[in-house]
Parts: sequence; structure tokens; C-alpha cells
Amino acid sequence: MPDIFRWLAACAMSLQFSGAVAANAPSVPAGNAASGEMVYARCMACHALTENRIGPRHCGVFGRRAGAVPGFDYSPAMRRSGIVWNAKSLDAFIADPLKYLPGTGMAFAGVPDPKERADVIAWLKAASPKSAVCAQHAQR
Amino acid sequence: MQLVKLLNDPVFAAGRRAFIGKSGVLLSATAVALLAGRDGLAADAKDGSAAVGDDVRILNTALGAEHQAVAAYQVGAESKLLEKAVLALAVQFQGHHKEHIDVLTKTIAKLGGKPVAALAKYTFPTDKLKTQADVLRFAAGLEQGAVSAYLGAVPAFHNRDLSKAAASILGDEAMHWAVLRQALGENPVPAAFVS
Repeated sequence: MPDIFRWLAACAMSLQFSGAVAANAPSVPAGNAASGEMVYARCMACHALTENRIGPRHCGVFGRRAGAVPGFDYSPAMRRSGIVWNAKSLDAFIADPLKYLPGTGMAFAGVPDPKERADVIAWLKAASPKSAVCAQHAQR
Repeated sequence: MQLVKLLNDPVFAAGRRAFIGKSGVLLSATAVALLAGRDGLAADAKDGSAAVGDDVRILNTALGAEHQAVAAYQVGAESKLLEKAVLALAVQFQGHHKEHIDVLTKTIAKLGGKPVAALAKYTFPTDKLKTQADVLRFAAGLEQGAVSAYLGAVPAFHNRDLSKAAASILGDEAMHWAVLRQALGENPVPAAFVS
């Protein structure tokens, strides 16, 4: 095999390998749930785990379609967004809500620190299933 | 709960009442000067740009939180769990939130937006409010959240007058939070920065 083809083959393998690594890499770093609880305290003017406030409750948020909590009056932008909440979409949304979803009712500058976002997402994951009320809501 | 003892001291209470009376007038005047009389806002409203729409959305988020805060303090005030002096403090803080509502409502209208109304019903964890400390902790949580919400609003506004007004309200909410923490026996100002 001429050197040029060997080199191209090596490049292709290298790209495939790096692609596989990227696909398997967690898109949101693992967070610290204990620290995340403190970050979540900042959300509590608008949100709670088990009841709707001026923002929707967070029970069962993972895997839920955006705009789907019963009894909550969402912005049209959120209802039409087609977002399904997971670590990646939550991370992107809370980083800069107004940029990620123009027209959202969650109108604030967001949480710019990736570690704080990872922490609060970890806390939400850990806290959601703990509450019996939460589990009840998640089934709806 | 040293603060609760202090609040119950008759000499302190008399001074506080006098101060509240004067400061209420002062805050109202400042708030009106901050926003309601700004000609620039009316000009922005005529502009009708996306930036104005963004600002109105941020203001409405804040207004919704203020309506909720008034309702929460009402729950606390009617709980019969608060000592007289603490009740007076809660009513005073509720009054501040009402002033915020007044200014935010007028500002949104001036920008050509529709101010959100208070919800017909708020769901609060009333089953968990068994003592005065529970009520104070609940209120402190809301005030802390409000501080963070306004902190997130300040850089998001397109109009810097609105950022200034949000910062002014943030300061008030931070004072509420600190006083409530003190009443709970916690460090009233636990850090050099709020987040």
C-alpha cells in the first residue's frame, strides 16, 4: 500500500475512533448532587419539586416532554418546543434559557457555570424519585 | 432566635414602626422615580422591538414571583404560628412585595405589555408549616430564590434602567432573606456574594 493510502487509512481510523469516543462520552459531566441541592435553592422562587409554583414542578422531569405538566400554564414557545428533558437538554436550557428557547417564560440569564449545572441536574436526578408524591406525579 | 427577642422589645418596636412609616414613603418615591416616570420606556414601547418583548417577559417573570410572594406571606400571616413582632415583620415584607408588584405592573403596561395577574390559587407546602420556624424557613427559601431570580434578570434586560430597577429590588429581597435567616438563628449573611 502506498504511503499516502496508509496515511489516509490511519486518519480514517483515527477519526472513527475519536467519533466513537465522542459518541460514548457523557455530554454533561457527572455532577455532585449535594452541591446541586444548594444550586437548586436559587430556583425556589419559581420552582418546587412536588408542586407547581410560577414554574412547573420538577417531579418526573427526566424523560418528560416539555410543556406537559398537567395544570401548568406554559408559554407557547415551551409548548411548541418539542423538547424532551434529559441531562443534555436541561443543561443547554438552563445555561441560557432565553437563547435556547426564545419566548420562554423562564426569563433570566441562566446558570453559566457548567459545574453548577451538572450539580443541579445530578440533584434533580437524585431527588426526584425519592418523594412518594413525586413518583405519583411522574406517572401522570 | 435573638432577633425574635429583639423584635419583641417595646423600645425597638416603637422605633421600627416609626422607621417603617418613613421608609415606606421613601421606597415608594424611589421606585416610582426608578421606573414609572421614565420617558425612555414609553419610547421603547413605541419601538415594539424583540428586545422590548424580551424585557416584558423578564418583567412578567418577576411579577409572577412577586404575586406568589405576597400569597406566601399571606399564608404565613394567617397561620397563627407567628409571634406578634414576627407577624408585623412578615406583613412589612409583604408590603414591599406589593410595592414591587405596583411598579412592575406599571412598567410592563408602559412598555406595551400585559402584566400577568396573580394566580387564583397557589399551592404551598402548608402541611409542613407546623411552627414559626417552619414559616420563616419557607419564606427565607422564597426570598433566596427571588434574590437569584433578580440576579439573573439584571444582565438579561436590554434596557439598563430596568437592570437598575431589578438590582434595587434584589437589594430589598436580600435584606428580607438576611433578616429571616437571622430570625432562624442562622448566619444572616453567609457569604460575600449572592448567586
